[in-house]
Amino acid sequence: MRYLPLTEADRREMLAVIGAASVAELYRDVPEMARLPGPIAGLPNHMGELEVERLLSSMAAKNVTAGSVPFFLGGGAYRHHIPATVDSLIQRGEFLTSYTPYQPEIAQGTLQFLFEFQSQVALLTGMEVANASMYDGATACAEAVMMANRTTKRSRALLAGNLHPHYRDTTATLARFNGFEIVAGAPAPSDRENLIDKIDTTISCVVVQSPDVFGHVHNLTALAAACQAKGALLIAVVTEAVSLGLLTPPGAMGADIVVGEGQSLGIPLGYGGPHLGLFAAKEKYIRQMPGRLIGQTVDADGRRGWVLTLSTREQHIRREKATSNICTNSGLCALAFSMHLTLLGETGFTDLARLNHAKAVQLAEKLGDLKGLRILNDGFFNEFTIDVGRRANKVVNKLAKRGILAGVPAARLFPDSDGLTDLLVVAATECTTEADMDALARGLGELL
Amino acid sequence: MTTATISGATISGHRGLQMDEPLIFELDSPGSSGVDLPAPPKTKAKTRLGAVPVRESVGLPGLSEPEVVRHYTRLSQKNYAIDAGFYPLGSCTMKHNPRLNEKMARLPGFADVHPLQPMTTIQGALELIDTLAGWLKALTGMKAVAMSPAAGAHGEMCGMMAIAAAHDHRGGPARKRVLVPESAHGTNPATAAALGMVVEAIPATADGRIDLAAFKAKLGFDVAAVMLTNPNTCGLFERDVRELADAVHQAGAFLYCDGANFNAIIGRVRVADLGVDAMHINLHKTFSTPHGGGGPGSGPVVFSQALAPFVPLPTIIHDDDGYRLVECQDEDEGTALAFGRMKAFHGQMGVFVRALAYTLSHGADGLHQASADAVLSANYVLAKLKGTLNAPFEGPCMHEALFDDKSLKDTGVTTLDIAKALIDEGFHPMTVYFPLVVHGAMLIEPTESESKRSIDQFIATMIGLAERAKEDAASFHAAPTLAPRRRLDETTAARKPILRWKTR
Repeated sequence: MRYLPLTEADRREMLAVIGAASVAELYRDVPEMARLPGPIAGLPNHMGELEVERLLSSMAAKNVTAGSVPFFLGGGAYRHHIPATVDSLIQRGEFLTSYTPYQPEIAQGTLQFLFEFQSQVALLTGMEVANASMYDGATACAEAVMMANRTTKRSRALLAGNLHPHYRDTTATLARFNGFEIVAGAPAPSDRENLIDKIDTTISCVVVQSPDVFGHVHNLTALAAACQAKGALLIAVVTEAVSLGLLTPPGAMGADIVVGEGQSLGIPLGYGGPHLGLFAAKEKYIRQMPGRLIGQTVDADGRRGWVLTLSTREQHIRREKATSNICTNSGLCALAFSMHLTLLGETGFTDLARLNHAKAVQLAEKLGDLKGLRILNDGFFNEFTIDVGRRANKVVNKLAKRGILAGVPAARLFPDSDGLTDLLVVAATECTTEADMDALARGLGELL
Repeated sequence: MTTATISGATISGHRGLQMDEPLIFELDSPGSSGVDLPAPPKTKAKTRLGAVPVRESVGLPGLSEPEVVRHYTRLSQKNYAIDAGFYPLGSCTMKHNPRLNEKMARLPGFADVHPLQPMTTIQGALELIDTLAGWLKALTGMKAVAMSPAAGAHGEMCGMMAIAAAHDHRGGPARKRVLVPESAHGTNPATAAALGMVVEAIPATADGRIDLAAFKAKLGFDVAAVMLTNPNTCGLFERDVRELADAVHQAGAFLYCDGANFNAIIGRVRVADLGVDAMHINLHKTFSTPHGGGGPGSGPVVFSQALAPFVPLPTIIHDDDGYRLVECQDEDEGTALAFGRMKAFHGQMGVFVRALAYTLSHGADGLHQASADAVLSANYVLAKLKGTLNAPFEGPCMHEALFDDKSLKDTGVTTLDIAKALIDEGFHPMTVYFPLVVHGAMLIEPTESESKRSIDQFIATMIGLAERAKEDAASFHAAPTLAPRRRLDETTAARKPILRWKTR
């Protein structure tokens, strides 16, 4: 058993020091009926690396990987190229195998990269402050609504119909048990939803995603003004962080809180997790924010350093009065995000965003020429919705058999909504080649 | 920034391998980038962005690839890590993180697959989740498992939501009270409060366990659940857990178990036989997945029969047609009572792969031995140090040994000072000032990953520090002096928060 350093001689010696005859004696406080005298029967015993690799590789081989086929899925998780530097450096043991930075003198590495991460997220979203990460975009969204409820002392949240349904459901689940109310619009694939008229003085916040789950891009300026007039907070959701390299950020359009998913930078699709929750807000709300915050300070010699700060918001200090129950978050994913963004820099990040948009425009131009297919979007970033005139999930399954992963059927996202069965959400990124696009256009052309 | 006051100050500000590294924003060479991108394709429309104007700038610094590599390498050298040394942080289970786990998680078949791909293209991913789920059920004897929670506290929330949903389903008067021992992790009361429940603390007895009489006095038909950590945060097994569980069930409530300390009992104790209804399992503790400086984690929750129908979405079904995800409430799929959704997509897949690689590596026999070694090592620390430090409770302990600061009385040295002195000695400090039920707590969790040599070195250091505390308190107050930074001013950080870089 390669992970266990104690030898039999060590164990005997240690038992003698303790004064116990056997390890079983150390478990004497456990009710006898719950004790297991030996390894659990029916489960395999230990394996060497070779055997584990063989077994897990055989499972991995049963999956069709995004990189092996023309690939157009988005819907809240996007396939981007990750520079080799990122994955190599995040595996340095000093990053990978350290705990939450409770002892700042020997955790300055983690604290400094998180401070840089907070700064980057604030810049991207156009907000004043950001925290050190949440689990993912959906949980960040739910926490943002709770924060708005606390801040406004109201308990009705208005959710745009085109908010990613997993974000909606995560928020609604919390609402059910926390006891606040959700007013959620119906999905509006053609982008005709009037949120402003639904805002009144009982609403704590309006949650709106841009680009939304159908790919529509929204100017939030009027909505922000309407929120402000009624004393509600505007929560902007971003599921494709790369869009922030091209589009005016939510902060500049008047958002009070911006939450999002950071997976697009530095983090693999990974079948949906672990991803990275982004959380940014106006500075006046920091004491209501959930999660860890890193602050700058000095040490006893006056040298600059960083610490966990404003911890009186947090569960380990405030217990039932904390702003959130969150403890472990997504530190290493935040490092990957921050590192990728540092590599890109200002020019790289804005160029990447332009490249993504150009790829999507190219895809839209190729698909737009097909008969029997209609693009629903006027504006989009790197993802848009097409009406394929027949059941999109069948189209997707047929194309999958031909080795094309064509997109996300809207009905997969909204299984309970009618009228979406023919809609397919397709995304293009810098990874999408012209040959991929031609393959999709050909495949769709033959099926429609 | 001044280095003039430090002994051994250098011209560069660097000190040997310790580089004084600026922020990325201070390394900006405008126009530089560490990534070369292809030119955008030619399109008929220049942009199709609709009503949102293009932003003028973001404000990010530009660095070349070598500069980026150097920056993060230097930052990494300012961190303590389990790879580098003993990390006995109680209740955090900082055990060895095998690199095989990393290799397996990076197989493209797991890393480069999308959560919304057609089920036929993702059978191996579902098989992996289902296999790990099977192990978690077998290791605990529980009936069902929710795989989606993203960390321990998220798992607590999942478990408590299932409990609330079960009470809703049964009907009857509202149950809003939740009983939580004083020694519990802060996440327990925070979770219950977030779900609109009222938290009441249960006191501990003189032997560090839940006061059963006080507990029973608080129990009633308005109690939704009891949240018990077992083994508890004093490092002790709650030996009355069966009696407690029976009383909880008789009152129509549920027993939630905080599984943060599962490493002590994995493969040795059947959780189901303790009367537990729900328990989260921190894969980033017990199952060796790296903590990454604060996550990502993963907190699957195992459930008893009574709570199994309420498991959140999505769930996985395995039948003759293979594996499939159930993503909405559906009578035919057994998810009619599923209480909702915890997060986007299906769970922390990357953490699952690592956890399964660990589980298979150890197997049933290895896990049985691992928990024994963890408990043995903690008891060894307790036995060796209890002559030097005060152990407030009688052993045997489980996988962590608790001391208070009684032996430091009149020395002028505090628990915090001991922690900071340990840093200079090359150890990561133990958990300090937690649990709150003892004064100046020092909670030491060696885990099964430490060699006897390593544990002995730590013990000798602790004994040496305790001796020194009697005569030289000043050296403790100055510590650490050998770390990348000396003690940091946390008061100013909180009073005048600087939470991001800004141009001057």
